[in-house]
Amino acid sequence: MSGERFDAVVVGAGPAGAAAAYTMASQGLSVVMLERGEFPGAKNMFGGVLYRHALEALIGEAWKESGLPVERVVTEQRYWLLGPESVVSIGHRHARFMDPPNAWTAFRARFDPWLAGKAKAAGALPVYQTTAIDLLRDPATGRVTGVLVDRDEGELYADVVVIADGVNSLLREKLGIPRWKPHQVSLAVKEVLALPREKIEDRFNLEGNEGVTIEFLGATSRGLTGLGFLYTNKETLSLGIGVMVDDLLRRPIAPYELLESVKQHPMLHKLLHGAETVEYSAHMIPEGAWHAVPQLAGDGWVLCGDAAGLVNFVNREGSNLAMLSGQMAGEVIVEARRAGDLSAQRLMAYDRRVRRSVIGQDLRKIRRLPAMLHRWGGERLFDHLVGAINEAAYRYFLVDGTPKRQAEAEALRHVVRAAGGWRGTMRLAWDALRGVRG
Amino acid sequence: MSSRAAVEKKLFTIRYRADRGSHITLADPARCMSCERPCLLFCPAAVYQWEDDHMRIAYENCLECGTCRIACPSGNVVWRYPTGGTGIAYKRG
Ligand SMILES: Cc1cc2nc3c(=O)[nH]c(=O)nc-3n(C[C@H](O)[C@H](O)[C@H](O)COP(=O)(O)OP(=O)(O)OC[C@H]3O[C@@H](n4cnc5c(N)ncnc54)[C@H](O)[C@@H]3O)c2cc1C
Ligand code: SF4
Ligand code: SF4
Repeated sequence: MSGERFDAVVVGAGPAGAAAAYTMASQGLSVVMLERGEFPGAKNMFGGVLYRHALEALIGEAWKESGLPVERVVTEQRYWLLGPESVVSIGHRHARFMDPPNAWTAFRARFDPWLAGKAKAAGALPVYQTTAIDLLRDPATGRVTGVLVDRDEGELYADVVVIADGVNSLLREKLGIPRWKPHQVSLAVKEVLALPREKIEDRFNLEGNEGVTIEFLGATSRGLTGLGFLYTNKETLSLGIGVMVDDLLRRPIAPYELLESVKQHPMLHKLLHGAETVEYSAHMIPEGAWHAVPQLAGDGWVLCGDAAGLVNFVNREGSNLAMLSGQMAGEVIVEARRAGDLSAQRLMAYDRRVRRSVIGQDLRKIRRLPAMLHRWGGERLFDHLVGAINEAAYRYFLVDGTPKRQAEAEALRHVVRAAGGWRGTMRLAWDALRGVRG
Repeated sequence: MSSRAAVEKKLFTIRYRADRGSHITLADPARCMSCERPCLLFCPAAVYQWEDDHMRIAYENCLECGTCRIACPSGNVVWRYPTGGTGIAYKRG
């Protein structure tokens, strides 16, 4: 392997790296795809929602062939605002989400090998159980010319290095891009819980391979800025919660204890009881949005997926943005090679393409949200406000002889008080609106 | 169940292939003496364990989430990936 030269070296066989490798190999480029795991996906976890759109943009109708390793088709999505013993929920179920599927639930240790297999079939050379530990550079120009891997004499040379090594990208730091700050990342823990198929279908009101997603916030994060999820698989449930790392430093709590207490919440307990933990996992999510996205290309390199912070945490989209960015990187490299110009300037076309695309537009739209969440704080938003919304709903629905006008005023008062009076409510509403509307 | 026992039970659900040595070390172990030691709590695998006067790092249990690299207030954690092919391997993920 040593000293061999390729058109491109791709570091990481997650959705971003596999997409880049697939795109380039399909166009005849010689590509090596490195993965440090025993197999692609061995090191990876996610909540579990996989979107068809990005997959189809990448491989077309090929996803329809039998063997796409997914669990259920997501036909219903719910949002839960949790008080200590209550819930205010909104949800949407639509038969049209079924065909064609808008999204599936899935497992990374099954999906990633499948996608990486597509890249291999297109001609990419997979090299697994191998970690890229440094970038090789041209001593004269500083141009990135390859990677050093943790095998004997492991130098791999390439015209372009595609850095798709995920949120813990050590290689991006070798480019001089600063390490994430605790307020730009969240830590998520997850459990896969086994439950018989009939129980799942019963409890979630499902038929066949229909599936439900629930995102929840409020009492379950114990005053930290955090979001939880509960997704249905065929014969398991995926339950997880993520909290901002800076919050975790301010109010230390062991993540596994947080997850245990989530399971005890009466609303979740109803759906989970009797289920047995079959896997525990943890991972970080980059949540800095637009302002945390660094330059995406340079002399001999491009940066894709989580390594670049391309995650829309509001809509829990990451794997799809990873695939889209990997594909865009692959396309730009193919074009650059055809034009015989692999200069940094030319590769910067990838940076522009990502920023103009749906990825850039969506991340720009939520650019104010991280600061907004920070300003208001998890305790006020997730504990007090969500708690007050639950109290308000209780007051609203309770029939105890109170005249409606008075009951409604009381309900409203709960929320206004939690937001810090009328002035606070107005400010919060304005901030929240700007946070999500851009 | 103590929280240590609870997390150990969870960690049993994951398959590991131990690396030859630790992929996590401390730049200056003495710094942990005067630290509030948030790592004892935030690490999702309870890898950091305080023993009387020093930090024990149970690297074999590490989930490779990377949080300690980012969150250690004094940047004391020297963290690399386990050698290719070793470390955790999820069955589902
Ligand atoms: C708890 C959680 C829930 C999520 N939920 C969802 C969801 O429901 N839907 C969704 O779309 N997204 C979700 N995401 C986000 C999504 O998982 C990521 O955005 C996506 O996986 C990023 O893909 P990637 O290829 O950029 O990085 P990764 O998936 O992290 O892949 C990087 C790969 O590179 C390998 N690697 C790293 N360093 C090296 C090296 N030096 N040498 C060789 N190989 C290396 C890693 O082993 C890994 O396989 C979630 C994330 C988390 C943590
Ligand atoms: S947080 Fe860092 S400095 Fe503090 S005890 Fe842990 S490793 Fe040591
Ligand atoms: S990487 Fe994550 S699991 Fe491993 S020691 Fe650090 S915080 Fe703990």
